[in-house]
Amino acid sequence: MKKTFTTKEIINKGLLAGAVVLSLSVIGFIALLAERELIKGWFSLGHIFLVASPFAFAYVTTRDMEYEGNAKPLQTGFIIGAVASIPLIVLSFLAVAIDIRQFLSNVSPALIELLTFGQTPVLGSILLLLLFGIIGVFAASFNIIPENIRHPLVNALVWTLGIATFSEILLSRVRSLLGRGLVKVIFSGKSLNPIFAIVFFAAVFGFTIWWDKRGDSFKEKLENLAPAKRKQLSQGQSILLMLVILFLPLILGSYLTEVANNVGIYILMGLGLNIVVGFAGLLDLGYVAFFAIGAYVMGVLTSEGALGLDAGFSFWTALPISVIVATLFGIVLGIPVLGMRGDYLAIVTLGFGEIIRVVAVSDLFKDTLGGAQGILQIPKPEFFGIELVQPGELYYVVLAGVLLAVFIATRLRDSRLGRQWMALREDEDVAEAMGMNLVSTKLMAFATGAAFSGLSGAIFASKLTSIFPHSFNLLISINVLSLIIVGGVGSIPGVFVGALVLVGLPELLREFAEYRLLIYGVLLIVMMLVKPEGLLPDQRKKRELKSEAELDWAEK
Amino acid sequence: MAMLEVNDIHTYYGNIHALKGISLTVEEGEIVTLIGANGAGKTTTLRTISGLLTPREGSISYLGKDIVGTPAHKLVYEKMAMVPEGRGVFAKLSVMENLEMGSYSRDDKDGIARDLERVFALFPRLKEREKQVAGTLSGGEQQMLATGRAMMASPRLLMLDEPSMGLAPVLVDAVFDAIVEINKEGTTILLVEQNALMALSIANRGYVLQTGQIVLHDDAAELKNNEMVQKAYLGMD
Ligand SMILES: Nc1ncnc2c1ncn2[C@@H]1O[C@H](COP(=O)(O)OP(=O)(O)OP(=O)(O)O)[C@@H](O)[C@H]1O
Ligand SMILES: [Mg+2]
Repeated sequence: MKKTFTTKEIINKGLLAGAVVLSLSVIGFIALLAERELIKGWFSLGHIFLVASPFAFAYVTTRDMEYEGNAKPLQTGFIIGAVASIPLIVLSFLAVAIDIRQFLSNVSPALIELLTFGQTPVLGSILLLLLFGIIGVFAASFNIIPENIRHPLVNALVWTLGIATFSEILLSRVRSLLGRGLVKVIFSGKSLNPIFAIVFFAAVFGFTIWWDKRGDSFKEKLENLAPAKRKQLSQGQSILLMLVILFLPLILGSYLTEVANNVGIYILMGLGLNIVVGFAGLLDLGYVAFFAIGAYVMGVLTSEGALGLDAGFSFWTALPISVIVATLFGIVLGIPVLGMRGDYLAIVTLGFGEIIRVVAVSDLFKDTLGGAQGILQIPKPEFFGIELVQPGELYYVVLAGVLLAVFIATRLRDSRLGRQWMALREDEDVAEAMGMNLVSTKLMAFATGAAFSGLSGAIFASKLTSIFPHSFNLLISINVLSLIIVGGVGSIPGVFVGALVLVGLPELLREFAEYRLLIYGVLLIVMMLVKPEGLLPDQRKKRELKSEAELDWAEK
Repeated sequence: MAMLEVNDIHTYYGNIHALKGISLTVEEGEIVTLIGANGAGKTTTLRTISGLLTPREGSISYLGKDIVGTPAHKLVYEKMAMVPEGRGVFAKLSVMENLEMGSYSRDDKDGIARDLERVFALFPRLKEREKQVAGTLSGGEQQMLATGRAMMASPRLLMLDEPSMGLAPVLVDAVFDAIVEINKEGTTILLVEQNALMALSIANRGYVLQTGQIVLHDDAAELKNNEMVQKAYLGMD
């Protein structure tokens, strides 16, 4: 719905945008990101986050605005941008006048230099105001330009900024896959070469225009294809996808494969928690408990250190035992919470997660679990006598686990049990009146969820070769829950996307890791506002959310 | 032997003695109705029969088996289904998904498909609204859906708890017509109603429940003419 904005409202939006950048600046986030230069000599990731807030506010405001002619939105964008710079300008003057670091320790000279472009405060402020104003105009213009230009522009921007952000990692991949010669062309230092950036931008822009034009006739052709041909095509796609997945470690190199393995560990957990939370609607905040149990069972059974059982267990024989023990704990911990719903369930499960960790740290089981020192010397998995040491080898263990979990989760979702989970999630009372067995339905959800988590934990222990109680803290439960929400509650592909975004990205952008919780918080709030169904939602869930809104609306 | 024989059951909610010795029988193929004022114990009776509550005393036999203590989820497989009071559809699921949910206890794909046809033939409105979200259906349509969903379990005994509650007269007629139709197709019906007139006009026999006890039992036609019933439940002087 279009609205009209008064000048005061527009200025308020600008101030709000300014408050956001100001916060990002004083907590040190901007300055930290400034160390990652995107395009050599031009700008850094810090600059991107500096202008992100005025950009977003200007874009959203002008999008929702009612206007005639194009001058109004551009003007509005400028005002929002310019006003947003004011808090920062005040900050930089204050920093010159008084010793502001006494109160705000993160307002470093580097930050002030960034904000004033290394100029005097007055000149710097004017530059900042102009830059923000122009960003506002730029953002507003996205709402004016025709779609056939906007789409290529967005594509080109996103891709160029994307590869620039990850240029350090890309650089090493390009070097080993394509040779040094190309590195010189594309990169300059650890950042993108400006000339390459321009060429790349133009190429993506051009390609998108061409694709948009040709795309329609292409799609038509696809749809007119004979069913047999189409089937062949989709089979071909599947085979290609499988090949890529199979040879991913070769493409990624060992560092990225290591990241992929960590993402995989979380995908495994996510698939399990998705059954509990997404399918059955039971909010479990202590999910890390089963991860810990899986890891500890693997550790105790296979460790070659003092704590090891020394009973001849290998990774492969210990693995099913870890899963079974975790599953049993899932049931045991499930029983007391059978009668609980919603908030109570969440709080009690939260307690369980902590209890498991506290037990692991405690002196009570120091002789078996190692207390705070944890368990060391856990061997890596072996496969026909070959020890799987490299990330590229462990990748296949994780992959096998993930594939198995996806298969089981998909089958369960479409099974009779899946139906009962859905009924349970939708309305416990109706499900009961229909004669569903709530006890076994709930326990099955807890047990399956725990099994996946236990599997994940067992692989984790063997991959790391040592485990410590403090690795199994509440944060892991929160991570897993967040990734499900971001991906789309109840959606299996959503788990992959969520894990990539919340686990993969922070590993690639180490700067982000420090502000992980902040980013989670912001991301979750933004998601709830903009895309509550998640990035890759389950179709049914999506409709449910929509119908929920309709029902709410009907009630009013 | 009767399909359902309830013998002197006593059901409690904690200390509250809700059913004080209820006995009733339902023969295969019958429509039997249970009428009574608010709080008389009608819902409690149905919940006890369907295994959601366990009586402290008394026996219930269904298809010749003693079912006291058999949980509800097992009785579903014995082809006993209940449409709960207040409709109870899955508000956020579509009509079709609600119906699919009703057949969760079955494996026979052909039978399920046939029953779906049957439900749609009985309630054409549901067919029209196949994809609509159940929560946005009208009250009457939700009642049809709840009944249809129970039919998807292909029950031999279908128990309905106040299907006419809150419905406009036209819809009440539609729902009752459907109940008669379901019965004709071979399903035995135990119907709880406050709308005694309607219930007695389609039932073979009826029981009158008052504060946890059966106070009257007779053929439906006789009950309709009974003075006490006329006064208390049919609003006649
Ligand atoms: N969960 C409960 N806990 C305690 N008492 C209950 C509970 N459910 C019902 N009762 C009591 O048991 C008695 C019978 O209730 P029941 O729901 O069976 O009545 P009903 O005949 O179905 O009434 P209505 O026509 O209003 O639906 C009532 O006195 C009621 O207050
Ligand atoms: Mg009742």
